[in-house]
Amino acid sequence: MSMRLTRKLLPHPLLSALLVLVWCLLINDLSLGTVVFGALLGIVIPMATRAFWPDRPKIGRPARLVSYLLMVIWDIMVANVQVAMIVLFKRNEDMAPNWVVIPLEIRTPEAIAMLAGTITLTPGTVSADLSADGHALLVHALDAPDPEAVRDDIKTRYERRLKEIFE
Amino acid sequence: MTGGMMLLEILVAALLIIGAAFTLIGSYGLLKLDQPMKRLHAPTKASTLGVGSLLLASMIHAFASGDASLHELLVMAFLFVTAPISGNFIAKVHLHRQRGGKELPPPPEEKTWATYAEQ
Repeated sequence: MSMRLTRKLLPHPLLSALLVLVWCLLINDLSLGTVVFGALLGIVIPMATRAFWPDRPKIGRPARLVSYLLMVIWDIMVANVQVAMIVLFKRNEDMAPNWVVIPLEIRTPEAIAMLAGTITLTPGTVSADLSADGHALLVHALDAPDPEAVRDDIKTRYERRLKEIFE
Repeated sequence: MTGGMMLLEILVAALLIIGAAFTLIGSYGLLKLDQPMKRLHAPTKASTLGVGSLLLASMIHAFASGDASLHELLVMAFLFVTAPISGNFIAKVHLHRQRGGKELPPPPEEKTWATYAEQ
């Protein structure tokens, strides 16, 4: 009974905690009033939007998520410099823009969304579309003479880690 | 002025220059690249490392001058969540416009891409 009540009041505990944190950061203050109002938002917003998010994502290994985020930030910095060099010093005719198809092993929507976001944020690749059955990602690469290498890189570097975190 | 303050100001100035440089390269790329899908790559740079280091500079400056603020962290978080979505929308518009034209590689399991799928 009490289990069911908590589920009803807090369908997404992680989302609620995140909302409280974001509210405190927005107000830039950690007084009791702010936290209470944040908690109110943390209860009302997930309840109001529950219909759009029926499943509760499971994060198996939160520590891995942190190390994944740090790795992505590092990759963004390295790739930024590489793409800046391509934009500045490579002629348009010498670039090899290419579509890359990435067959997916992960099935959780949250994990796929995170993989697609990672691919877009690391410069040089943009995720463009998902296949109709949700089992492959279409990615555009700015300068990839060898699409297979890009595919294998994304699969081993990002997808494998996301699979460990979410599934 | 103490040595520590001086060092911080140099750090902030360096971060500002790095951020401005990457934002400039992003805008230059928008002009230079010659295909719609290639152009999409330029702004993703400006919005990650460019804005990221500008915000980091702002944060360090605020901490050094005493009124610490964590708003920059929120800006960065919102930007990192929303930038891929707008990028994806522009890519989808491009896919719709070239429908029936240049062929895309097919997905591995004999079905079409979601943008082209019949409802």
